[in-house]
Amino acid sequence: MSKHHHNRPLTEVELRVKALESLLTEKGLIDPAAVDEIIETYEHKVGPRNGAKVVARAWVDPDYKQRLLTEGTEAIAELGFSGIQGEDMVVVENTDRVHNLVVCTLCSCYPWPTLGLPPVWYKSAPYRARAVSDPRGVLQEFGVDLPPATEVRVWDSNAELRYLVLPKRPAGTEGMSEDQLASLVTRDSMIGVGLPRSPNA
Amino acid sequence: MNGIHDLGGMHGLGAIRPEADEPVFHEDWERRVFGVFIASFAGGQFNVDEFRHAIERMDPAHYLESSYYEHWLTAVETLLVEKGVLTRAELEARRVKLAKGAV
Repeated sequence: MSKHHHNRPLTEVELRVKALESLLTEKGLIDPAAVDEIIETYEHKVGPRNGAKVVARAWVDPDYKQRLLTEGTEAIAELGFSGIQGEDMVVVENTDRVHNLVVCTLCSCYPWPTLGLPPVWYKSAPYRARAVSDPRGVLQEFGVDLPPATEVRVWDSNAELRYLVLPKRPAGTEGMSEDQLASLVTRDSMIGVGLPRSPNA
Repeated sequence: MNGIHDLGGMHGLGAIRPEADEPVFHEDWERRVFGVFIASFAGGQFNVDEFRHAIERMDPAHYLESSYYEHWLTAVETLLVEKGVLTRAELEARRVKLAKGAV
């Protein structure tokens, strides 16, 4: 990333970060080029388009879907997505009767290889507090209104285990290619706070 | 640890307020903290459990009032000082120097 020049005094937090990074660099403990590459990877290369491919594959291939639901880590790795913060994956399927919602109440555990880095709201106190105690209220805040008969399952991620929601395939998508299907899969639908897009929406 | 981070079920924390088209990082310092954390972790300075625990040990009011990546920054500073990699004096001296515009 280009380092822009500051025309204003640095904030306290900015000074802390610069102090930390410059000292660690001088002591040879971190390499600034490696830090740049790490940033580039997670800012631009890893993201929810990965998870969307997993979902689209599951929608078109019943055998893959079965593997995904029983051996999530390995099935996701088949498509080339694995690595830190995705070492142990469980995929939970939305059906006509069940809607799944994922949270990390204690911090921000999130499946990086399939979804990238989590959004601020996922990591913040309101979502972490209410997803487990008022999931339907949370879903309404996101514009998702479920029939009362739908069971809502909330999965609290932990240090070892990460969850990915397999959304329901939208109606009217028969005959669509995997790429076209993947374009309907939103990041929010794989967390469970949204639904995939409908075709021609 | 039954600390402030154990937020599940807590009342009174307000609306969720998702941001539309949110960027991965909102500030340059956030992306630097992210990169420095990963590089330090990869270099074996600490493990992820220690890192989470260092966040959980933050002052509760500071935890609730500070942003996510400030949690990360605080945890990395804490761990590196506790492990003798850096000292508070070094960090403070460098901050003072940077604030004066000299590097």
